[in-house]
Amino acid sequence: MSQNEVLPTVEVVGRRYVLKGKFHRIVPGTPIRRRSDGKLVGITKPRDMTYIHSYGGEAPFFEALTEGRLLASRCDNPKCEFKGTVYEPFRIHCPDCLAKCTIVDITDLARETAKVHTFIITERTGAFNTLKIPIRFVNIEFDGVATILMSYMPVGTPEIGMRVVPIFRTKNPCYDITDLAFVPLGTPESDLPEGFTFGK
Amino acid sequence: MIKFSDRQLKIPKMMRPVFLVTGGMSEFRRSFPEKKTEELCVDALNMAAELVDMSPAELKSYIHTAYYGHFADHFGDQLLGEAVIHDRLGLDPLGNIGIKTGGATGGSTLWEGFKAVASGYSDCVLCMGWERMDEVPTDEGNHLIASAADKDWETPLGHIYAGYYAVMAQRYWKIFGKEEDSFRQTMAAIAVKHRNYAVHNPFAHGGKRIDIDDVLESPIVAYPLRQLDCCLMSVGAACAILTDEKTAFRLCKNPLRIYVAAGSHTLRVGDRRHMEIPLLPHETMEMYKDFGERFPGGDRYPGFTGFLATRMACYYAYRMAGIQNPLEDLDLAELHDAFTISDIQSYEDCGFRPYGEGRDFVESGDCYHTNPHTGKPGRLPTNLSGGLIGCMHAVGATGIMQVVECALHLWGRHGEIHGDPKRWEAFGKTKPDDWKDLSVRGAKRSLAISHAGVGSHVTATILCHPNHLLKED
Repeated sequence: MSQNEVLPTVEVVGRRYVLKGKFHRIVPGTPIRRRSDGKLVGITKPRDMTYIHSYGGEAPFFEALTEGRLLASRCDNPKCEFKGTVYEPFRIHCPDCLAKCTIVDITDLARETAKVHTFIITERTGAFNTLKIPIRFVNIEFDGVATILMSYMPVGTPEIGMRVVPIFRTKNPCYDITDLAFVPLGTPESDLPEGFTFGK
Repeated sequence: MIKFSDRQLKIPKMMRPVFLVTGGMSEFRRSFPEKKTEELCVDALNMAAELVDMSPAELKSYIHTAYYGHFADHFGDQLLGEAVIHDRLGLDPLGNIGIKTGGATGGSTLWEGFKAVASGYSDCVLCMGWERMDEVPTDEGNHLIASAADKDWETPLGHIYAGYYAVMAQRYWKIFGKEEDSFRQTMAAIAVKHRNYAVHNPFAHGGKRIDIDDVLESPIVAYPLRQLDCCLMSVGAACAILTDEKTAFRLCKNPLRIYVAAGSHTLRVGDRRHMEIPLLPHETMEMYKDFGERFPGGDRYPGFTGFLATRMACYYAYRMAGIQNPLEDLDLAELHDAFTISDIQSYEDCGFRPYGEGRDFVESGDCYHTNPHTGKPGRLPTNLSGGLIGCMHAVGATGIMQVVECALHLWGRHGEIHGDPKRWEAFGKTKPDDWKDLSVRGAKRSLAISHAGVGSHVTATILCHPNHLLKED
């Protein structure tokens, strides 16, 4: 996208999307030739297209990250066999009874009990990655929460069983899952990556 | 869910027997700059016709419906690829459908074809799978594969699938492998076995004469996984023809009975809640009573170390086919060795060893064509094709390739097809001077596991010589 082009934006007005800006660019393909004899073999196909993605019932989770809070969900349906189960990642509906879950704030629970369940450190990434390499993927367990959350550790070296705390990109958030990360308990605020704080 | 109703554990009962009559594969390569996908599919169908001494037109005249497996439209930048291939194979206007379940696409395609014949809808179906992984560069390919993870909760983290699977490998390594050097060597032995077997497979593109040190010195991908612990990315196609009994014996002298079953689990591994282990016919709960003590940290099931989807697929498939103990009732298997550790995990899910003891399947020599300790045939040889590490992983085709490879053993034609010097030449390769016939002589029953990523979908396909059925229809 050139400097003169405006990033595409979308607003919701009533029940409709209102779009502004360009959602695609046409860039010509170039021929693919065989080096040995110059014969045409194919063509490159550039694609520059913007999707419009709804977070739907998960939107509160992503909004809360930008405010320094970690939300989870709990089934409070009295008729559910697994009533009371707390889920992180956040689920809109209970997977057992399909009732809408109650949103619960587990920011303090995370600070007090979050532990590394497993991890991996990798230099390899894919296109569109924005995380610094090497990436330290961590899967985090919380006391009393049935499921385990994938995240990353931008500071420190993970170990299974390590106590960690959540950090939040509350300044210039990206509004995606990378606004949440975990660091070893005791990490000073001065060591946090730019834009991240310990939250509320 | 973590508890099943009796209805959900019903063992499928098909309305009539289904047979595998023939199959075929294209050559597999990292890239095919000068062949379109349709050409690879034609290669596969041509081979299927050749194997039963028919012209392609004759074989096609039997096909009633078609099932097309292709994992990633994005890779080929072609939605409705099944319509394109169906047209190029000249099978329009017969009914067809596209199937996608990630890495399990090939097996799922067979599942659909199997059900179509069993139901009586069709007497003869084509199951064709393909994948192109060369129409985007590697980084972009990594992003597309990572798009098969949860796009809001996982994909933005690195855009790399290694981040989603390798955390499972890490936990298995620590809890069951106990980070032992000996376990690291066992992992490497799997890569050595599969790469070396692939040297003798003309269809394969990953054959390499490597040893344990080569694996241990290959670049780190995500500790403890090194490059040679990981599977290939490939391009190619594979197909199978499934029929009813009457058509089977018309088309082929020795058609094979086929059973296909499927399981699944959550896409996000972290969502897998603790539950009771569904037991295979030869297992008891007693086997696992002190599991958490023997393997501290391993008491959550399936946790990050078991693939419940594989276990469920085998739960149904073994009972459909009458398999009591896979080690005794099966003669060979093709497993989804996306990584050396996931191969070991699969041994447990399939019941070749109890959970936690998968390494013994390799260390005992059971998994080899020839047991290196005894010089005798391995008890249950696996991945004689070279598997995903040595032969190929063209995602939509892999599950079908595995079944065709198994069938070649059961037909007694594995040596003939893999040893044909003309085939090596047609693929631009030289048949090795020390080419080995890796046939499993007298094989009667086989298992193939087709598996998606972190185990969101898995199918189990059992082939059985009709004279050696374990269960009456």
